[in-house]
Amino acid sequence: MTLNVTLETTELRFPSRIEAIDEAAAAVAEFMNRLGIGEDIAFGVDMAVREAVTNAVVHGNKLDNAKEVELRLRNTPEVFEISVHDQGSGFNPTEVPDPTTDENILKPSGRGIFFMRNFMDEVDWSADPKGGTSVRMIKKL
Amino acid sequence: MAELNISERQVGEVTVLDMDGKITIGEGSVALRTAIRRLLEEGKKKILLNLAKVGYIDSSGIGELVSSYTSINKEGGQLKLLNLTQKLQDLLTITKLLTVFDVYDSEEEALASFK
Repeated sequence: MTLNVTLETTELRFPSRIEAIDEAAAAVAEFMNRLGIGEDIAFGVDMAVREAVTNAVVHGNKLDNAKEVELRLRNTPEVFEISVHDQGSGFNPTEVPDPTTDENILKPSGRGIFFMRNFMDEVDWSADPKGGTSVRMIKKL
Repeated sequence: MAELNISERQVGEVTVLDMDGKITIGEGSVALRTAIRRLLEEGKKKILLNLAKVGYIDSSGIGELVSSYTSINKEGGQLKLLNLTQKLQDLLTITKLLTVFDVYDSEEEALASFK
C-alpha cells in the first residue's frame, strides 16, 4: 500500500484481494475522523466505500493481485468525495436491476450498488481513458 | 480470531445459531453458508439466527441471509431472525427484506413461532 497525503486529497493503492476492503475502509474512517464527520454519516459512507471497493476488487479486477484498486479521497468545505478506480472491463450501471422489486428481492446479489446509491448523495461511473472503471461518490457535508 | 464465530444450541426442534462478529464478503459469509448447509444435511430445518452480536454486515452478508432463507425454505424448513441490531434492521428495511424475514426481539416468542 502506498500513501500520499496533501491537505485536501489522499490517494491509496491496494492489491486486488479481499483484505483491501478493510484497509480502504480504515483509511476512509481515519479521513472522516480528521474531518469530524459524525457517526450517522460515517456509517453510510463506510458501507458505500466497502461496497465500491468490493466491486472493484471482485468484479472489476477479479481478485487478480497484479491489478490495483486506487482510492482517492478529497474534501471541500461542502462535500466529501470518494473515487474508486479499478482495472476491469467495466459494466453498465443502468443494467443493474433494482433489488427491492418482487422479482429480485430473493436474489442473493445485487445490493452493493443499491447501498452505494442509498447512502451517498451522488454516485456515478465512468470508463477511464487509460482503461478500467471509476466510480465517484459524493457525500454532502 | 475468526471474522464470524457461530455457536450452535438445540432448543427442542429448533436449532439456534448464536453469531458473533461480521457477516461480510469472504470468511463471514462463507462461515454462515457452511453452517446452514451442514444443518440441512443433518436434517435440521428449523433454524433461528441470533444476530445480537453481529456488529457489521455488508451486501454479501445480506445476500447470504437471503440464500440461507431460500435454501431452507426449499427443504421445507423455516429460518427466522432474532435480535437484530438497529443498523441491521435499517439495512433490512431499506432493502425491503424486513417484509421477507420473520424477525423477533424475544427468543421465547421466536421459538414459540416455529410450527
